[in-house]
Amino acid sequence: MSFPETGFPITLTVNGESRSLVLEDARVTLLDALRERLDLTGSKKGCDRGQCGACTVLLDGVRINACLALAVSHDGASITTIEGLADGDVLHPVQAAFVDHDGFQCGFCTPGQIMSAVGLIREGQAGDDPERVREGMSGNLCRCGAYAGITEAVLAAHAAMHAPDVLPGGHLIEDAA
Amino acid sequence: MNRFDYVRAGSVAEAVAAHGAGAAYLASGTNLLDLMKGGVTRPERLVDISRISGLDAVETLPDGGVRIGALARNATLAHDPAFAKAYPAVAEALLSGASAQLRNAATTAGNVLQRTRCQYFYDTASACNKRQPGAGCGARGGATRTHAILGWSEACIATHPSDFCVPLAALDAIVEIEGPAGRREIPLADFHRLPGDAPERETELAPGELIVAVRLPPDAKKFAAHSRYLKVRERTSYAFALVSAAVGLTLEGNRIGQARIALGSVALKPWRAREAESLLADQVPSPELFAKAADAALAGATPSGDNAAKIELARRIVVRALTLAQAGTPARVPALPASPFAAAPSGARP
Repeated sequence: MSFPETGFPITLTVNGESRSLVLEDARVTLLDALRERLDLTGSKKGCDRGQCGACTVLLDGVRINACLALAVSHDGASITTIEGLADGDVLHPVQAAFVDHDGFQCGFCTPGQIMSAVGLIREGQAGDDPERVREGMSGNLCRCGAYAGITEAVLAAHAAMHAPDVLPGGHLIEDAA
Repeated sequence: MNRFDYVRAGSVAEAVAAHGAGAAYLASGTNLLDLMKGGVTRPERLVDISRISGLDAVETLPDGGVRIGALARNATLAHDPAFAKAYPAVAEALLSGASAQLRNAATTAGNVLQRTRCQYFYDTASACNKRQPGAGCGARGGATRTHAILGWSEACIATHPSDFCVPLAALDAIVEIEGPAGRREIPLADFHRLPGDAPERETELAPGELIVAVRLPPDAKKFAAHSRYLKVRERTSYAFALVSAAVGLTLEGNRIGQARIALGSVALKPWRAREAESLLADQVPSPELFAKAADAALAGATPSGDNAAKIELARRIVVRALTLAQAGTPARVPALPASPFAAAPSGARP
């Protein structure tokens, strides 16, 4: 299958919603497709070279750098961005933990940090070990240096998501994740 | 990034047929797209192999070896419990590389084929014989603290940056290839070329050839109980190695049976230290013996610039990796994978 002159139609499931678009150029990254075509500007373009992590999204449930992925290559994929985490006004446990623990200052890296933390907790490799959390979050840079708060937030979110607790509205936190 | 033609391949045969002069295979693109954004490489066509089904499989072979599909993700492989148990140094090397996001995307074949991180190769305003044969080498006389100490030439002093390839070389991995002329195999240790006077030719792949799998032979897992990968970096995580070493030992009573040693980021290929391995075979391990082995591993090393420190660094990392391997593979990959600053291993395997 070659890139047609008329553009390449792709469909992505973004935050649970099916979104179709036509790429007129194969160079469009997943990040640019989200930001420029689908108006989801929560995922940030920091370095655009896979070094800062500000563009982190979940691709089929797994965190990746959206700046180093071609949109055309991910036709049919399911993407979760920062816009898809909260349930209405109820913040996702990771979002709530970042607020509670001052996990940010200027906020530019925060969507990427939060998506990366959601991915990290899902991967289940870090658990409640702060050293493993720091290592697992090393692909997200924070120029404000909010790392101490970020580590605390990730640990708190991990604890909240693994405790048999309920959110306002009676939903199990695990279900909301 | 230059404009390019995009072709999505449904099978290996389709991919090989769609490849041609000026084309590049696209898997995840974590290295290729970065290079294209910088104008370092400008393929006219990308042949997208990422959807070829079955190419991401990790299978145990009837002979006891393992076959890692070209598209198996670095993270998937490192976190595969059976794989990590049998090849702990490979898992530790994978987890010491890049970031979690990149490891979730990056593939087996893409890791093997990643380009050097020499900053003069990346900077298109600098001369580079690899980018433009005959242009000269901006790294000579430049900032060379990361550059080669083994196997380099006047034309190129870059290093191969892979962590994954270092234990693969130590464990006699084999690269399975398909191309216009059919299937063939190359030992990983012979896959990457030293620069000589043609640094633009980086591997033994012929035009259009595609890596379909990397295989570890049956005896690679006999080192599982005494294996380590150690990596010295300028920061503890998310950094390329200044030097690294993968070590595997078999212990028979109070003696070493066999030893495997490979060094990373010291040359334009993962550097297998066979003389050092021979020195260790059938010997009683001791600090003196490990020092002798490290000396042998670095015997041919020469600085390619202001980087003589890497030689001593590599020597010490070989000794440390041997010492840790002798003590035993940790039950779990350390919190800071491959870091020499990690706490002393506890819960070593019997």
